[in-house]
Amino acid sequence: MCIKPVPDPKQADKMTIDGETGTMIRRDIPFVINPLDRHALEAAVQIRERHGGRVTAVSMAPGDALPVLKESLARGADRLVLLSDRRFAGGDTLATACVIASAVRHLGAFDLVMCGDETTDSGTFQVSAQIAEFLDVPNIMHVDDCRVSPGDGLRLRSRTEEGAFTAEGQFPMVVAVTVDINEPRYVTLMDVLDSESKEVVVLSADDLPLEEPWIGLEGSPTRVLELFEPERKNRAEMLSGTPAEQAEVLADRLRRMGFRNG
Amino acid sequence: MDFTLSERDRMLQKSIREFAEKELPPRMDRMEETGEFPLDLLDGLAKMGILGVVTPREYGGSGLGHLARVLVLEQLGRICPAIPMSLEVHHMCIYGINTWGTEEQKKKYLPALADGKTLGVFAVTEPGGGSDVGGTQTTARLDGNDYVLNGRKCFITNAHVSDIWVVAAMTGEGRKGMSAFIVEKDFPGAGTGHVEDKLGLRGANTGELVLQDCRVPKENLLGGEGNGMSVALETIVKCGRTGMASVGLGILNAVLEEAVKFANERVLYGKPISRLQAIQFYLADIYSDLEIARLLAYRAGWLLDNELPADAEATLAKQWICEAAARSARKAVEIHGSYGILKEYPVQRLLRDALVTVPAGGTAEIAKVVLSRQAMS
Repeated sequence: MCIKPVPDPKQADKMTIDGETGTMIRRDIPFVINPLDRHALEAAVQIRERHGGRVTAVSMAPGDALPVLKESLARGADRLVLLSDRRFAGGDTLATACVIASAVRHLGAFDLVMCGDETTDSGTFQVSAQIAEFLDVPNIMHVDDCRVSPGDGLRLRSRTEEGAFTAEGQFPMVVAVTVDINEPRYVTLMDVLDSESKEVVVLSADDLPLEEPWIGLEGSPTRVLELFEPERKNRAEMLSGTPAEQAEVLADRLRRMGFRNG
Repeated sequence: MDFTLSERDRMLQKSIREFAEKELPPRMDRMEETGEFPLDLLDGLAKMGILGVVTPREYGGSGLGHLARVLVLEQLGRICPAIPMSLEVHHMCIYGINTWGTEEQKKKYLPALADGKTLGVFAVTEPGGGSDVGGTQTTARLDGNDYVLNGRKCFITNAHVSDIWVVAAMTGEGRKGMSAFIVEKDFPGAGTGHVEDKLGLRGANTGELVLQDCRVPKENLLGGEGNGMSVALETIVKCGRTGMASVGLGILNAVLEEAVKFANERVLYGKPISRLQAIQFYLADIYSDLEIARLLAYRAGWLLDNELPADAEATLAKQWICEAAARSARKAVEIHGSYGILKEYPVQRLLRDALVTVPAGGTAEIAKVVLSRQAMS
């Protein structure tokens, strides 16, 4: 399953954008595992607990992210693989997916690659689908329910804007989950202790069977043209009068905006 | 000298923080109202490994030790200080049994104190006073295969929510006349009395134990006859004071967070009051208290883990931190102005909680006796 270290979203208000260079200034915001990846990991661990197997957490990140990523071992992963190389730096979603997919191939046979739908620091929703393309296996996103079906595959429910659909598929596949799939368990003190004896592997570009040219900044077709903070428009309007009068004005406004009873 | 926390310590700090932020707030209003410990939390505390943080792994604990205990209690205290208050005494019961217990006693009681069925009690204080341990009046008389205990213990944390008590009683005269016993709540003649209605730390149960011809099997003598003073003093000084220091440290975390939050939100003269130097100086004072408290408490835990002398350091940590928590909570109330005395703002509770930590587990004056001895040595 894939994890990414991101600046702690609880401290996102400290993040600013350098107007000159158009880059993000993270200041001293600590990194955490992307919150949605914790749900993906929990889903993977639950499948292992019921059906056996082995959960490997894979992350492409700088070496100093290792302490943060090790939390995945306390959360139930059996081993952690860090893909770390200066040549990976600056990669966009395609370059990231390329490196992760080659790592998955390098690590041997697999049934399932689990991802979070998106990350809090970029929110592209692209990486899981791109990994699936590189691996040439099916991909399904927005998954909020996931069970192993008798036919050596998964029965999944995927959310759509209108509702949800259920799908069934055979291993191997790439699944991206939403926050609703589960409630990640607490890390207990025993989990912390047990995580210390688990395997941590660090791989560089030289260790991976990288065939595609999409690696790092150079291999990234995406160019960020501009980063800017959304303009804050203070459009709150205070209603006056008794609560009943205010409610009437509010209801009237909502009706005029097109909301209808029922 | 290395002041950084290990990867393990940082990870356990984070995991307890997450547990505390989710599990404690929904229970706190009821704890304040009723003064009752939330027994439905015990299972979660056990599963997290919090109950058995100083219990060796072979007896069902996580065996992480004293610094880990400080970090755990600090994180719980940051949200709800009454919880670590209860737990610190629970850990004293475990510490006493683990340090002086026979193999049979450890096998029988330590797993039960880690798995969430009950909390532990460490009972020395009597109506005659807590600081004067030598003045203990509860008696224990050998009668056949039992000791017969008579007396009352008061200001006992967890008295009404515990099945397993370590109790000090006199088997003879003088310093060598005190012995410690493991008493089960269901032993004949063991009972509880008054429940105290406290100013702060209300969710931590405090009350009386009543021993009336209480029959305790001989094999429940803890640490041998005549060693009760050592059992009591070492447990109070090493485990109890470090634990109280951690409760105070937790309070200081919360005090700073609440003070900063309010100072940033409250607008006077067209700007947040955090832009006023008078308020900034208060915040600087609270921040300083927190940082010094952290150093003192972590050092005490570290010394204990490394089996180095820690009596004076643990005493200093307890006394200094609990006083600091009280004075800083007072400043946080000042920052809040009149809002500070409203129950909807947590600072008034933090001040009440901090005031209770000051005499708990040994008054400041007794601490100063210990510290002056160290100063002159």
